[in-house]
Amino acid sequence: MAKKNMEATASDGSRAISKFHISDLIIILVLVILCATCVVPFWHVLVKSISGDGPVMMKEVFFWPKEFTLSAYSKVFSDRSMVRSMIYSVGVTLLFTLLGMITCTCAAYPLSKKRLKGKGFITFVLMVPMYFTAGMIPSFILMFNLHLIDNMWVLILPLIYSPYNMLVMKTYFQSTIPDSLEESAYLDGASNFQVLTKIVLPLSKPILATLSLFYAVGRWNAYGDHMYYIRSDSVRMIQYKLYLLVQGAEASISASLGDTGGATNITTPEVLQAACIMFVTVPIIIVYPFLQKYFVKGAMVGAVKG
Amino acid sequence: MAKSKTQTPQVRVRTTWKNAIRRDWQLYLLLLVPITLVVVFNYAAYPGLRMAFMDYKPMKGFAGSDWVGLKVFQKIFKDRDFTRALRNSLAFNFLDLLVGFPMPIILALMLNELRFMRFKKVSQTILYLPHFLSWAIIGAVAYTMFRPATGLVNTLLMKYGIISEGIPFLNEKWHWAATYLLIGVWQSMGWGTILYLAAITSINGELYEACIIDGANKWQKMWHVTLPGIRGTIVTLLIMNLGRVMGSNLERLTAFDNTQVRDFQYQLAIYIYEKGMGAGKYAEGTAVGLFQSLVGVVLVLLSDKVAKSLGEDGLL
Repeated sequence: MAKKNMEATASDGSRAISKFHISDLIIILVLVILCATCVVPFWHVLVKSISGDGPVMMKEVFFWPKEFTLSAYSKVFSDRSMVRSMIYSVGVTLLFTLLGMITCTCAAYPLSKKRLKGKGFITFVLMVPMYFTAGMIPSFILMFNLHLIDNMWVLILPLIYSPYNMLVMKTYFQSTIPDSLEESAYLDGASNFQVLTKIVLPLSKPILATLSLFYAVGRWNAYGDHMYYIRSDSVRMIQYKLYLLVQGAEASISASLGDTGGATNITTPEVLQAACIMFVTVPIIIVYPFLQKYFVKGAMVGAVKG
Repeated sequence: MAKSKTQTPQVRVRTTWKNAIRRDWQLYLLLLVPITLVVVFNYAAYPGLRMAFMDYKPMKGFAGSDWVGLKVFQKIFKDRDFTRALRNSLAFNFLDLLVGFPMPIILALMLNELRFMRFKKVSQTILYLPHFLSWAIIGAVAYTMFRPATGLVNTLLMKYGIISEGIPFLNEKWHWAATYLLIGVWQSMGWGTILYLAAITSINGELYEACIIDGANKWQKMWHVTLPGIRGTIVTLLIMNLGRVMGSNLERLTAFDNTQVRDFQYQLAIYIYEKGMGAGKYAEGTAVGLFQSLVGVVLVLLSDKVAKSLGEDGLL
């Protein structure tokens, strides 16, 4: 009997008294290696960014800084366009997230109501763009006709309605908020707006947090739309600036005969480039541990089909 | 309204539009926001698809350009650049699926077997990280790691005399192909485990107990309980991924761009961007985009049908 109990707990993975198998060792080893591939490259870039130019050129810097200096960072921070772009990117991301959440709620709440007449048709209208897109060229022509090219709003308006996020939110509303709660509010004379703002939204904080993060991270990381819609430096977000910087450096390395380590042609010295990479990466890494649990929750809600 | 719902759920009361709007006008008002956005930014782009059937001249606009039927499509299918882009897109997406799809499943099974909760949590946190970084960052870091002469990997290998000349991980097309694919797997594997791990936790624990009583070992439990338990999730995700076989990610491709690997890196997203945008051949760019979208839709519908005929849930 005791044995059975012990092994019953084994199924959920928390067996305390059990032999240490070879397979455990292999799993741990594989996971450690995989984790290392996620950490070591960034550690290396960080170390490079705080090392002196000399040792980096001599390829002496691996996992510990040599000739510690923060001069690359002071260069990045004194570059007005980098700092400005960072502030701009944060601003665009926040605005995008706010408007996105409003749009998402406006779509998900009415569609979560079974009684809504015309629900099937409206859902269809709102879901089509997820499966069939017009493609980049027609979209470009459209943005051009709307006079949105090279405009900050082109980074926000076309993307704030997301069919996927809408489905996640709708599913959450339907599965976690009891109908009876809303019905009693209606009987007390509350309007649809009041039910939404006083009952549904306060009860949906977890999903609101999750979807805000989906929106924010999505906007923060995406830069493909810049390649079509954005031309001037003043409306570029920081990820695109990093992309251009790295591409510029890579093009000049490729052009200089076969990357022989002769750094004469490199437009951006490696240390400065490493500092730029860190400058763009660190905001995500700082907020990441706080966001992670919300992300995981949201991904699971999304798994429940709408 | 509330009455009919609570008392007789079987009887569907048909409301007239007049009553529905009087009762729910606020809900319809809310819906105007997303509907307006979708119409202005998605549906309004659909008429632009006409370009694929026109000899489109930007100066003349839609009204001034001539209809040419399927000539644009005939032209692109004869275009060597297009066939190369198509071949590359299909090959790389297929390989992505082949290498990238099983990896999260394997990883989820391994994490599930792990008994050290703290270690499990920390490694999960670390493995999710690449999902949150942009391709710009991943590309930049990858170049720092893999440059032939100055990249960390090559420098270390040369320092210990394992190789005498740097491996061109990202500067020769076959090496590039492997590196590109592996980085793709690396970026998505951790995040991909979440859905599988969620599915695993919902498997009935009694099944495992029954297994143990029947004397099954770890592998047999995994094979006969865990894997069948997550089959629905696997099929759903496979359908979603199959729909993307014709897709191509401009950000990911451009992040690993350099002149030596053009032969493989030239895929449909690059074709549309360079021909359609760069060279101003709007008709061709539109036609390729339309082709991509249509194949995507057909593939999703088709695999959904197949999944349903096999008795799975399907996606739609």
